[in-house]
Amino acid sequence: MNNNTYMTATQKESQRRQRDLLVRRICSQAYLWLLLLFLYAPIVLIIVFSFTKSKVLGNWTGFTFQLYENLFTGYDRVAQVRVDPNLYYSLYYTMLVALVSATCATLLGTLAAIGIYNMRQKSRRAILFMNSIPMINPDILTGISLFLLFVFLGISRGLATVIIAHIVFCTPYVVLSVMPRLSKMNPNIYEAALDLGATPFQALRKVMMPELWPGMISGFILSITLSIDDFGVTYFTKGSNGLETLSTFIYADARKGGLTPELRPLFSLVFLTILVLLVVMNIRAARQAKKH
Amino acid sequence: MKWISVFNSRRTWAWPYLLFLVLFVVLPLLLIVVYAFTDPQGQPTLRNFVQFFHTQEAVNTFIYSLAIALITTMICLLLGYPAAYIMATAELKTPAVMAMLFILPMWINFLLRTLATVELFNMFSIPLGGGALLYGMCYDFLPFMIYPIYNTLQKMDTSLIEAAHDLGANRREVFTKVILPLSKPGIYSGIIMVFMPTVSTFAISELLTHNKITLFGSLIQRAFGEGGIMMWNYGAALSLIMLVIIAVTSFFGDKEESSSQTII
Repeated sequence: MNNNTYMTATQKESQRRQRDLLVRRICSQAYLWLLLLFLYAPIVLIIVFSFTKSKVLGNWTGFTFQLYENLFTGYDRVAQVRVDPNLYYSLYYTMLVALVSATCATLLGTLAAIGIYNMRQKSRRAILFMNSIPMINPDILTGISLFLLFVFLGISRGLATVIIAHIVFCTPYVVLSVMPRLSKMNPNIYEAALDLGATPFQALRKVMMPELWPGMISGFILSITLSIDDFGVTYFTKGSNGLETLSTFIYADARKGGLTPELRPLFSLVFLTILVLLVVMNIRAARQAKKH
Repeated sequence: MKWISVFNSRRTWAWPYLLFLVLFVVLPLLLIVVYAFTDPQGQPTLRNFVQFFHTQEAVNTFIYSLAIALITTMICLLLGYPAAYIMATAELKTPAVMAMLFILPMWINFLLRTLATVELFNMFSIPLGGGALLYGMCYDFLPFMIYPIYNTLQKMDTSLIEAAHDLGANRREVFTKVILPLSKPGIYSGIIMVFMPTVSTFAISELLTHNKITLFGSLIQRAFGEGGIMMWNYGAALSLIMLVIIAVTSFFGDKEESSSQTII
């Protein structure tokens, strides 16, 4: 009898516990999905309205691929007008700036990382502090300080100044992604290569580069994304002779009132590309983790 | 032969970057200071700061911007911490995918994201203003809060939690005495990653309030954009004030982060 009531009490207790756990789990899941809804509502809105051709968002005028067609042909067949050519120029300059500045930043940053790694503690700390300034500084301050520099030096602003500015805020990230690879590397193999008759350049290219490669790649990719995403620095360094990247184009477009509708399909395509890339990367990482 | 021996010491490989940093990072920041303490003729003066502190509107904008940035940071922390906590601890079927979904918006241009929220407000005919601004800021920067906290929580040694449970702590005690102190570094970097951009933003407020609300960043931008050459010194003074705020915040964050690391 006594034993029996004891059993039901523990059973009740475990039942209650399980119910609590379930409720907690449902609540936390619901919370996550609610936050995701908050984060994705505007994005979904743009994607949905990329399939209708109304000038303003939120006004559904029937399903069509018209905007996608306009985006790729550069010509609105129905309204018989060209799509704003500045959209394509800005897209071209965004790519150009991103590729050139990311490449320069990767080369400069890799060399710098090797140098910094071999420095004495004191000078290493000093240069790493300077290296961290562009990462901490908000884009508006980086932009304005460079703006003042170019004015001070009498350099007219344009493509070159934008690229320099992008190298400024990309290189620190390259340095920081290459440094960990250096500490994993055997420090003697470079000297060994030199002893065996390699020139410093050969030793760098054939011995060190293969070891540093992953860090360089991640630094490069990070630089590309930072460069494409930048608005503040570009805004202050692009000058006024019509150079626009996608960010500054969107800003100018929005200030004029109303976005160019073709930005909707462009945005949707970019978003889906990134989504697919990330999913693939994640799956690959998960597979590799399983292997090890 | 001498230059080869210079090149052999790999320390010298950082020299190009050192030169680059001095020219494009240190010198520009010094120029801000120089411009802030001079007038358009180049004479030293404190007039730019006097002008700022005597313009009620500018001071109000400054305080308002600080307040907005602090509120945004608080809301992001309150919304983001539970999310990061759930993702790091709950048995989700696919925690990696969940984390990715929260990080994905960071890869989308923030202007486009902001404009998308503007359209969302327009669609439901909600007026743009202070509320929209807060919503948009939280929306833009929430991922930057979740990501570092999630990272720290994920690396947390779960045996410490089990040990606390075994030693008789209840759920609340485990959270306040073990989990929260351990997640401090993530919280600090999250706060910095949200506070720094919100206190310095200039485009978001324009787009989300149709220029009805001016933030400190927009004040600086206007001094350099529409103000013309006569306003640059004033703009530099405002930039210097912002630079001080950023320096103080990052110094504070650095100190807190390193002290919490030494505790661990």
